Amino acid sequence: MHVPDGFIDAPISAATAVVAAGAIAVSLRGARRELDERTAPLAGLVAAFIFAVQMLNFPVAAGTSGHLLGGALAAILVGPYTGVLCVSVVLLMQGILFADGGLTALGVNITDMAITTTVVAYAVFRGLVKVLPRTRRSVTAASFTAALLSVPAAALVFTLLYSLGGTTDVSLSKVATAMIGVHVLIGIGEAAITALTVGAVIAVRPDLVYGARGLEQRLKLRVNGELVDAAPQLAPVHTSHRKVWLTGLAASLLLAGFVSFYASSNPDGLEKVAADHGIDRKAKEHASADSPLADYGVRDVEDTRLSGGLAGVIGVGVTVVAGTGVFWAVRKRRNTSQVA
Amino acid sequence: MGAGHAHRLYRHGHSPVHALPPHTKLAAVFAFVVVVVSTPREAMWAFGLYAVLLGLVAYAARVPAAFLLRRLLIEIPFVAFAVLMPFVAEGEQVTVLGVQLSLNGLWGAWNVLAKGTLGVAASVLLAATTELRELLLGLQRLRLPPLLVQIASFMIRYGDVITDEMRRMRIARESRGFEARGVRHWGVLAKSAGALFIRSYERGERVHLAMVSRGYAGSMPVIDEVTASRAQWSYALALPSAALVVCLLGWTL
Repeated sequence: MHVPDGFIDAPISAATAVVAAGAIAVSLRGARRELDERTAPLAGLVAAFIFAVQMLNFPVAAGTSGHLLGGALAAILVGPYTGVLCVSVVLLMQGILFADGGLTALGVNITDMAITTTVVAYAVFRGLVKVLPRTRRSVTAASFTAALLSVPAAALVFTLLYSLGGTTDVSLSKVATAMIGVHVLIGIGEAAITALTVGAVIAVRPDLVYGARGLEQRLKLRVNGELVDAAPQLAPVHTSHRKVWLTGLAASLLLAGFVSFYASSNPDGLEKVAADHGIDRKAKEHASADSPLADYGVRDVEDTRLSGGLAGVIGVGVTVVAGTGVFWAVRKRRNTSQVA
Repeated sequence: MGAGHAHRLYRHGHSPVHALPPHTKLAAVFAFVVVVVSTPREAMWAFGLYAVLLGLVAYAARVPAAFLLRRLLIEIPFVAFAVLMPFVAEGEQVTVLGVQLSLNGLWGAWNVLAKGTLGVAASVLLAATTELRELLLGLQRLRLPPLLVQIASFMIRYGDVITDEMRRMRIARESRGFEARGVRHWGVLAKSAGALFIRSYERGERVHLAMVSRGYAGSMPVIDEVTASRAQWSYALALPSAALVVCLLGWTL
């Protein structure tokens, strides 16, 4: 699935490069939290492992064989941040050294194969582990599902990027059917091998599996014939919402300001149906139709794309301010009601 | 870690291209690929000129054509994809030798083939003339985050070790009569992969301890800072500049 140069056009390649750089920056900080100063050697060795395991061929039948992609496996074994880093480093080195995947398509490749697979796999995995009973078997089952979904998700993201900036004229439905169809099959193989591998590691060193942390039985002491917990529970770690907030803001600004450049200028489905059937003749113009931001464009800005992008950015800004205001007011009221 | 650890893609030599500082080469290759990708696909002659430019670089680096062509085989999967494209794309149809082909598909196939091949050739030339350690130094010099460079350098250094470990495990399996023939044998292979992960992780822990005992505190000291003179920069950037001229001609003509 390594995308070569010239397959995705320049603006989308640049946009995905920005996304990839941002995700790697976040992962670098996250990995330092997961591994502290051991990050460099451990993440490096895990990247070497991913690189090696991609060369391990799994025979399917009658001479055909497949290999592991490793995004889901990395996320479950070493955690999502380190996983993103490891797969990204593998892709970077494959691009520079082995000419596998174009240099300008590096952003596309990292967004697609490193970020999408690990994030989707880890989200699914975490969700399932929370729901399922706390046993080793459910960790294996969760890794199966996570890997199963992560591969078609990457194919879906690839199709999305292709629809935004593909340089060829193959219809979107054909690309989507081919990509997702093939990758559902690949996903089944990936899922089986990931689950078996995670199971094999859990059987020997369960402490190494990041996704299975917190599954180990707590040490109990028998005091006067009764079982008591040996160690007191650790205090909950305070997590800051600021990072989530900032990432969300950056993503919305990027989507609103940049991607809307490329959004279709055709009316959306509902508007089109309305126009086709003459429904909109009855519709009155919206009360704010002559506001400076009407119809997603900034007045007095001639270039329609620039104007659309600007309107998007302003819209996100207003929404954030309004949303934060509401949130703040609600929280303040809750605090005062608690005091009272 | 000195001799014997040069990667297989590197071709030892003393050409002027080998002697250039790594970060100038990285920047030049990257700029070249960007220029190639932004060339309009209709300007077929421009891609011919790009190929000539790369040929000149290969000549200056004394990389034989056979070596370069053999390394280009890596893009075969995409050639297969590109060959399919005229058959599945939509739009205006043309008939060649009695087969219906899409004109847009033909252009698309040409676009991916030409740009992809030039990109691969540029990367191959870079890898053939630059040692691994130099590449990493160059990346660091180009302001890649130091932690990322460290991770990449550990991956490169231990890649061969881990691959060899995997090879030994395969030999051990085979010497016990194991032969992977189908889905039923995935369990054994997955156990190997799991064991490989544990060995890699534990090796990482040992490497870390060895580093700590030698005074590592989270960042690597930069011993040999690579620098480039203005002459070296202009020499390296001659390739993308020439390509840029071709690209501009391609847009205007």
